[in-house]
Amino acid sequence: MMALPINAVALVLLIPAAAAALLALLPGYRLSARLNVLASFSTLIAALSLFVEKPDANSYFLVDDLNIVFIVLNTFVGFTTSVFSASYIAHELETGRLTPTYLRFYHAMYQVMMFGMNLALLANNIGLMWVAIELATLTTVLMVGIYRTHEALEAAWKYFILGSVGIALALFGTILVYMAARPVVGEGLYGMVWTILIDQVAAFDPALLNVAFIFLLLGYGTKVGLAPLHAWLPDAHAEGPTPISAVLSGLLLNVALYAVLRFKMLLAANAEAITPGPLMALMGLTSLVFAGFMLYRRRDIKRLFAYSSIEHMGIITFAFGMGGPLANFAGLLHMTMHSLTKSAIFFAVGHISQVKGTQKISDIRGLTETHPVLGWGLVLGVVAIAGMPPLGIFMSEFLVVSSTFAREPLLALVLVMGLLVAFGALMLRVHGLAFGAPTGSTAPVEASYLPMFCHLSLVLAAGVYLPPALVTWFQHIARLLG
Amino acid sequence: MEGLVFDIAHLLAGSLVLVSFMMLYQDRLYALLNVFAFHAVVLSLSVAWQAYIQDAPHLYVTALIALIFKAIIIPLSLHRIIARLGIHREIETVVGVVPTMLAGMGLVALSLVVMLRATAEADPLAREDLAFALSVLLLGLLMMVTRRNAVSQVVGFMSLENGLILAAAGAKGMPLVVEISVAFSVLIAFIVIGIFLFRIRERFDTVDVQTLDRFRGEKR
Repeated sequence: MMALPINAVALVLLIPAAAAALLALLPGYRLSARLNVLASFSTLIAALSLFVEKPDANSYFLVDDLNIVFIVLNTFVGFTTSVFSASYIAHELETGRLTPTYLRFYHAMYQVMMFGMNLALLANNIGLMWVAIELATLTTVLMVGIYRTHEALEAAWKYFILGSVGIALALFGTILVYMAARPVVGEGLYGMVWTILIDQVAAFDPALLNVAFIFLLLGYGTKVGLAPLHAWLPDAHAEGPTPISAVLSGLLLNVALYAVLRFKMLLAANAEAITPGPLMALMGLTSLVFAGFMLYRRRDIKRLFAYSSIEHMGIITFAFGMGGPLANFAGLLHMTMHSLTKSAIFFAVGHISQVKGTQKISDIRGLTETHPVLGWGLVLGVVAIAGMPPLGIFMSEFLVVSSTFAREPLLALVLVMGLLVAFGALMLRVHGLAFGAPTGSTAPVEASYLPMFCHLSLVLAAGVYLPPALVTWFQHIARLLG
Repeated sequence: MEGLVFDIAHLLAGSLVLVSFMMLYQDRLYALLNVFAFHAVVLSLSVAWQAYIQDAPHLYVTALIALIFKAIIIPLSLHRIIARLGIHREIETVVGVVPTMLAGMGLVALSLVVMLRATAEADPLAREDLAFALSVLLLGLLMMVTRRNAVSQVVGFMSLENGLILAAAGAKGMPLVVEISVAFSVLIAFIVIGIFLFRIRERFDTVDVQTLDRFRGEKR
């Protein structure tokens, strides 16, 4: 293994890149869908091998305990979503919403997006990280607009404009970080290498770092979907193909959050700079409460869960903003659980909206009678996302709340209120969706339930029993995050 | 000599802000495109001057990209798009000229206050450069907010990117990787926008974003 010229980092990046090129050329959607699954699976294997042998950091790439969680989660959900996507798109082709040409484009873009996200997570260079996030954003813009309906175009345009503005602000922040690093680290490449920056950040000009962080938080925060900057998120989730909604919620938001975390670590290591925590906690809490109330007025099923994503990203950002070993641990756990649960919900929602031919909540009733497996899958997913015991999200939310109560009781009250508001909305909606007199088509679904139940059982397992190895590992990362 | 070097850099970066202001009040699309082309020319001069004083040859490449790509190719193609769509007569500002200009001045003042204070220890050239770059960036944002035509929003976005390139050029010794990628991302962004405009053209008879806004995803 030692002498291999290609290491796992290269594989995690090369497989999606090569697959994208191949998928762009291959006609025939059955083959492409399978190839998509295969490529995603091999990327997952390559990512898992990072555990066994961690390559050393260089000026461009870095594998440490923090990003390995994100990478494994990213490739895992990327793989399960590709399985779901294979059964989802066949139906889209039948109903004529997508043509074979667009499908070829879709598969290629899927892999380009995975490439972009993996690159952003592996990057040790803050410039490279920015480029990768921009790449992932642009591909998702194209995917959101792929149905070419009025709504899809509007959603894609809005996403594009807001996303570009966010990303422009983030680049300005990145430039400012380099400006702050230059007098200490020296000119050139090293001024952008994260591992070098974190070593020497204590000597940087704090004022410049502060301004930089504001830009980075606003810029990447737009991509996380934090409250005042979230406007693109519900539209993008509702109008694109459902596999993309799953990936957006489960992965892309995490990638942007990861970028914010890296810069938060930089600021935390400089004694004179502002503490970034309170800003993040405030934005997180605002998002949570805001999204909690907005959940009540949703009429579109995918929009409902998009707002739920804003809510959960708010909780996660809040937890990381609070900081400290316990809150960071809770944040990490919550992020993992949310990614798994939310993508599982979107898998269910994708099949439901296909079989019912609508995304309107009022037109979908009695799912547990017409489609028991899908219906109960959705119920289980919503129960999980609303934070009921014994599922994993209950545990992470409980940890967030209890650690906050111990330190800032007033904030904890707001937090609990936000959680309860969101809980009420979700229960109300799922009751209407899953029970009552059935409406709409009762045709059987050709669905692959495997990805959905695979995710949900992981969430259940984590809620019942968290392996000690995982706990120690997450605790270690939580300490790293400070 | 030192004084002259500084003055010229200052003059060019300041002109960029001024041209940004000029863009704010253009209400005809063709005129807007011409001013944008001028914006790109000033940017490329400014970057070239930075390349000269920093003795950084790679910045000449950035300047050249700005000149060829942003000052010539993009305005020309947007010209063609506008002509094909037949929207060259449209006048389209959401907010009046006076409030927009006032807001623009406020933003420039804000960016000067923020950046000059935050960078008190950096060298004066870089400070001024950053302050101007932030002004250009904010003016670009303002333009995107006050326009409702897709083409002029795109122009606003590109002027915003010009501000970023000014900042990157002013940051001495910033790695080449980033500069090329900035230029590259503009290219990608343009392709994306091109596709979008094309698609919008197929579906609608206007590129007016307000028409798009009518299709709220959530129907009542």
